[in-house]
Amino acid sequence: MALAKVKEDALSARVAGLSLPEAAGWLGAARTDARARLQAMGLPVRRDEYWRYTDPSSLVAQDAPAASRFDPGDEPEAFDGIDRLKIVFVDGVFDPAASDDLTLAGVEIERLETAASAQIHWAQGIFGVLEARGQTPVARPFAALGTAYAKDGILIRATGRAARPVALIYSHSSDTSDAILHHCVKLEAGSNLTLLESGPAAARFTKVLEVDVADGAEFHHIRVQGRDHERRAATHLFARVGAGASFKSFTLTANGRLTRNEAVIELAGPAARAHLAGAAVGDGDFHHDDTVFVTHTAPDCESRQVFKKVLMNGATGVFQGKILVRQGAQKTDGYQISQSLLLDEDSQFLAKPELEIYADDVKCSHGSTSGAIDETALFYLQSRGVPRSAAQGLLVLAFLAEAIEEVADEVIADDIRSRLEGWLARHAAKGGK
Amino acid sequence: MLEIKNLHVKLEEEDKVILRGVDLKIGPGEVHAIMGPNGSGKSTLSYVLAGRDGYSVTDGSATLEGAELLEMEPEERAAAGLFLAFQYPVEIPGVGNMTFLRTAVNAQRKARGEPELSAGDFLKVVREKAKTLKIDADMLKRPVNVGFSGGEKKRNEILQMAMLEPRMCILDETDSGLDVDAMKLVSDGVNALRDAGRSFLVITHYQRLLDHIKPDVVHIMTAGRIIRTGGPELALEVEANGYADILGEVG
Ligand SMILES: Nc1ncnc2c1ncn2[C@@H]1O[C@H](COP(=O)(O)OP(=O)(O)OP(=O)(O)O)[C@@H](O)[C@H]1O
Ligand SMILES: [Mg+2]
Repeated sequence: MALAKVKEDALSARVAGLSLPEAAGWLGAARTDARARLQAMGLPVRRDEYWRYTDPSSLVAQDAPAASRFDPGDEPEAFDGIDRLKIVFVDGVFDPAASDDLTLAGVEIERLETAASAQIHWAQGIFGVLEARGQTPVARPFAALGTAYAKDGILIRATGRAARPVALIYSHSSDTSDAILHHCVKLEAGSNLTLLESGPAAARFTKVLEVDVADGAEFHHIRVQGRDHERRAATHLFARVGAGASFKSFTLTANGRLTRNEAVIELAGPAARAHLAGAAVGDGDFHHDDTVFVTHTAPDCESRQVFKKVLMNGATGVFQGKILVRQGAQKTDGYQISQSLLLDEDSQFLAKPELEIYADDVKCSHGSTSGAIDETALFYLQSRGVPRSAAQGLLVLAFLAEAIEEVADEVIADDIRSRLEGWLARHAAKGGK
Repeated sequence: MLEIKNLHVKLEEEDKVILRGVDLKIGPGEVHAIMGPNGSGKSTLSYVLAGRDGYSVTDGSATLEGAELLEMEPEERAAAGLFLAFQYPVEIPGVGNMTFLRTAVNAQRKARGEPELSAGDFLKVVREKAKTLKIDADMLKRPVNVGFSGGEKKRNEILQMAMLEPRMCILDETDSGLDVDAMKLVSDGVNALRDAGRSFLVITHYQRLLDHIKPDVVHIMTAGRIIRTGGPELALEVEANGYADILGEVG
């Protein structure tokens, strides 16, 4: 069968059970456009080059494969100690009772649904717009699916310095939930916002986050993806970073049967900065894919990609990362590193780092490595009395350090470190030597 | 303190025998030195005692204060009081020296059922001991041994020993790579730890070190066996005449 037909069929199957969200006005138009894009692309199948390392079939299937919920015991939820404005979604549906009042100094927050009735809305220039721009040169059909079919989502506009971080908390309630969300964030010039995301969201989660960081603004994004072992997620982060603006995103992933995190970032104004980092730890039936595309359009910009994965008992890690430097983007400083630590021979890491450069005065480096734990260092630590599992934990945290360093807030960074320590202690105890 | 009987060791991966029946008995408070040609098995002996992977013990035993060492995990041997200053200290990028020291000290205290040291108490002790070894604050902050000079690495080994207060200390060529002043520092560090309840096994090629750290007993090892044991004068003999005479005598 021709590939196009297979992809079209995949799309028909996936959307058969979905109802189209109602919306007139600008939102309806954006959704209609997205549906047309989606129709033209179809949904990915294994034969797609961009899905060579990750099997999309469970993301495409009509019904979400069931995923039981994880019981964290008495462990505090992510970002527990951070004073934050909470916005809660349960299985992808906004839960006003569990959420805080959506008012915060320096920020406007609104549900997607209510914005639809506005004649003119700031989100018009972003919703589906950054996603559509991100569809070339590589198609990202799940992102278009998110624009077309997300019934819920949040719109956040920072006009000054946000008084507190805004936290999107995704809880997972039904074992077969299939959630689609689409959020937009706009940082007006000179504003400052920290966005936190946490939780598994659903058995299957399709999410789009579009972020427009205007000149001189600063955006921090820290995400802790839920620990449910069987959950699946396809997420997209689209960002446009303006002159002198700063964009920083860090993701911690522990567990999950399938995670595909795509990030599509454009450094659009001179002297913009974008840092993307990820730390992923997986044990057993775990497949984690970071797919990143950073485009340098303007000169004097800096981008960093730091992705680290710790894999054991047959877990799989994937990294596809590209830096594209356009013709005018002189003095680009681009850095990309993807590394995996394989704690046994059953685990694997597949990496495809790419550079494509059309400017002549640039500094770009990339590297990808895959290695085992350093047995000599392990013995050295043990010979000083550190038990093997703790020694392994120290070495694993040391391996992840470069990614965690991208979290600017020390309290959050410590929280992430201690979560990882806990995870490592639990998993080293049952696996390992 | 340490008693090694008829220890035979081969490499796990290949059929290469390295130790061919080592016998050694070190009493409490004693300092023993082992000398011997390159490749005679001195480091192997120290690694086997510390519990490194890759060797198989085909015969013999080693006990520390009566407890069978060879059946313990390396960390259990450390908690039981064994310490090895490595011939080649290991670099650990990403793990701060201070974190490393604190983790080690507290892990051993925990294994012995003692309370952990508070951050403040630990810091006080480590600063004081580092000062006597001329280890500056920067070296304590840097990742373990990363970018340390040869001599700095050796001093860092002695700092670890001073912090962990082991009962049986094995020093594998701690003098190699040290300048004259550093040799004095390290020896002073070792001598400060000498007491009736603590023993040392000093592996070295040079009499020089033994001028500073005076041994009670000197052993000569060759081809995986201790072929002669004597007093400090044996080291002087090696220094003056090399190993040829001793080997000739035996062979
Ligand atoms: N892992 C190994 N693989 C192969 N050969 C080994 C291994 N470990 C030790 N050997 C060999 O065993 C012999 C003894 O080595 P060892 O390091 O114990 O000697 P040494 O007495 O400490 O020497 P030096 O004085 O040079 O430090 C050498 O021939 C060495 O090459
Ligand atoms: Mg040696």
